[in-house]
Amino acid sequence: MRVALFVTCVNDTLYPRTGQAVVRLLERLGVEVDFPQPQTCCGQPQFNTGYRHETEPLVRRFDRAFADHEYVVTPSGSCAAMVRDNYPRIGAKAAAEGRGEELAEAAGRAVPKTYELTEFLVDVLGVTDVGAWFPYAVTYHPTCHGLRVLGLGERPRRLLEQVKGLELRELPGAQECCGFGGTFAVKNAAVSAAMGADKVRAVESTGAGAVCTVDNSCLMHIGGTLAKKGSAVRPVHIGEILAATEEEPYV
Amino acid sequence: MSGTSDTYLGMPAFPAAARDAVRNETLRENLRHATHTIRDKRAKAVAELDDWALLRAAGRDVKERTLRHLDHYLLQLEESVTAAGGTVHWAADAGEANRIVTALVKQTGQSEVVKVKSMATQEIGLNEALEAEGIRAYETDLAELIVQLGDDRPSHILVPAIHRNRGEIRDIFAQRMGSWGRPALAGLSDDPAELAEAARVHLREKFLRAKVGISGANFMVAETGTLVVVESEGNGRMCLTLPETLISVVGIEKVVPTWQDLEVFLQTLPRSSTAERMNPYTSMWTGTTDSDGPRTFHLVLLDNGRTDTLADEVGRQALRCIRCSACLNVCPVYERAGGHAYGSVYPGPIGAILSPQLRGTGSDVDASLPYASSLCGACYDVCPVAIDIPEVLVHLRERVVEGGEVTRNGERVTIKPAKGHTAERAAMRAARWVLDHPGALRAGQRLASRTRRLHPKRLPGPGRAWTDTRALPEVPAESFRDWWQRTRGGAR
Repeated sequence: MRVALFVTCVNDTLYPRTGQAVVRLLERLGVEVDFPQPQTCCGQPQFNTGYRHETEPLVRRFDRAFADHEYVVTPSGSCAAMVRDNYPRIGAKAAAEGRGEELAEAAGRAVPKTYELTEFLVDVLGVTDVGAWFPYAVTYHPTCHGLRVLGLGERPRRLLEQVKGLELRELPGAQECCGFGGTFAVKNAAVSAAMGADKVRAVESTGAGAVCTVDNSCLMHIGGTLAKKGSAVRPVHIGEILAATEEEPYV
Repeated sequence: MSGTSDTYLGMPAFPAAARDAVRNETLRENLRHATHTIRDKRAKAVAELDDWALLRAAGRDVKERTLRHLDHYLLQLEESVTAAGGTVHWAADAGEANRIVTALVKQTGQSEVVKVKSMATQEIGLNEALEAEGIRAYETDLAELIVQLGDDRPSHILVPAIHRNRGEIRDIFAQRMGSWGRPALAGLSDDPAELAEAARVHLREKFLRAKVGISGANFMVAETGTLVVVESEGNGRMCLTLPETLISVVGIEKVVPTWQDLEVFLQTLPRSSTAERMNPYTSMWTGTTDSDGPRTFHLVLLDNGRTDTLADEVGRQALRCIRCSACLNVCPVYERAGGHAYGSVYPGPIGAILSPQLRGTGSDVDASLPYASSLCGACYDVCPVAIDIPEVLVHLRERVVEGGEVTRNGERVTIKPAKGHTAERAAMRAARWVLDHPGALRAGQRLASRTRRLHPKRLPGPGRAWTDTRALPEVPAESFRDWWQRTRGGAR
């Protein structure tokens, strides 16, 4: 099977090791991975801040970049949710504004082929044991978009439970937002920071050495809050945990 | 702003008000305790029904269908209420509604009224309007009483005094009851039963004296002209049945076609709001009845921005709201910022989409409300009429930053973007260009990588808000794009 990796702008620029881990993981599972160069960003920051028109070229770009692929896999719950939930809205609004069906059609092609990483592993590849080894105590924060927009449910946990050596610790108040929310973190900094502080307190109460999510955006906020207070807990993307093996351990 | 209460005019934008609230430890602890308790109870009450998803869909559908034919059902309602002996008045905005109610009270020759808790009368600032005409309005809902005696503002739709703890309530009762009526007994403690008894004694005097009652309604049934109030305390029922004249001020979106439609909401509303299977008191009144209840009944149908909201295809779903407040109780932003920061009688997620539609996005606070959310979606999850609040928030954000066509006072007008977004818009446009040119993106990434050792730990400008409490991620030596190019040689 051949898939396209949509690495996302945040991972591309700030967390390349997550992208590298996903490539390693998928290849280990016998999947051929492509990285179409014309890809850039899903448009989530612009769209969620109210700049829908600025997002439109990115919908077209996404459609063109992945035109040759049946599956697009992305290690980001919120970017997958952007494509799945908001691309059709962008298309419908453009059509309602009398600008034709082009964007709606692009959205129609993008939605069914786009999978968040854990969705792809469990639903398409049908695996929960990916042969990973990660000998640490980990707590899992189910990000809002993963939880409520994509409905990932137990998929990430089922994958984590099969990781050799990993001890999964329950996160109190797991379903509560960490407070990132894209530009919310800057526009409403005080509330965002208060939410982050509470999330980090919950993470630390588990005694786990690492907190993982399906989204580096949330981890940037959680990890940044942990680092600022000098916590020893490390933020780790779930893809990096699943990619780690005894031969190639997480470093 | 002509049609709206000026109670909240001049409120600071949400981020500033929220910043102050976040610093108030007592407020945060009161809110955290109250919202977590009620959200957990609600989850249990909802889980008891195996057809919750169907009820939710049915509630959404009833409301949608009614809103699509709102003119028809309102005329039917007017006919039914009139036939049952009531009088219907139409109020286009807050000013008109207040004038109608004030005139009706004056006709009775009374200078005081008792009130059932009502969001609509708060929305129009009725108490202040009556006060200006020498009429004193007594709130009779326990929480509203606390707010009124404390010279305070409500901060929650269902629990207006949620921001107060028992000790604070005791102090308010002890110090203020005397100047509004019967004083609290000396030595009042903060025991809930004692506080409730103090309120009961204080209020009873007012119920027995008042000749005019003012209420809102949770629902209005078009086919019979019946109005419905659901409540927990029974104080509302006293207001509805004891006075000689009853004036009900109700938003036009509260109409449902038939009695059968109520069945859905009488299951979803109490479970969503108070986490009860059934609320203790459901009062229904239809016009007037000889020797039972009020002898005169007036219904004031309130528009106040609702028809304009209805004209917006995405935003109109806010009119489905049945004011259960489940969205407030699960909202992580409300939990930290408190209700007052929203600068509106409708706080929380529903307030963040309802107020900027009813009032427009012209003021600082209304332009900031659509951003008072991390878009976590918990509000949509719990909403018993499935209002997609995050969708409407983003839709309104677009209105704030881009302007565009809206309906105001029944006319299509083009509004300008709210002020203060010029730099952001320029940045978004620049980002669009970069993100639509992968080569430019790569060049930017390489520049960032080469200069990574020079990056400051603290950012200036808007970025400072990030670095005050969070460390920045370090820019890696190589982007993923470059790593792929280097290791895969540019193959697709």
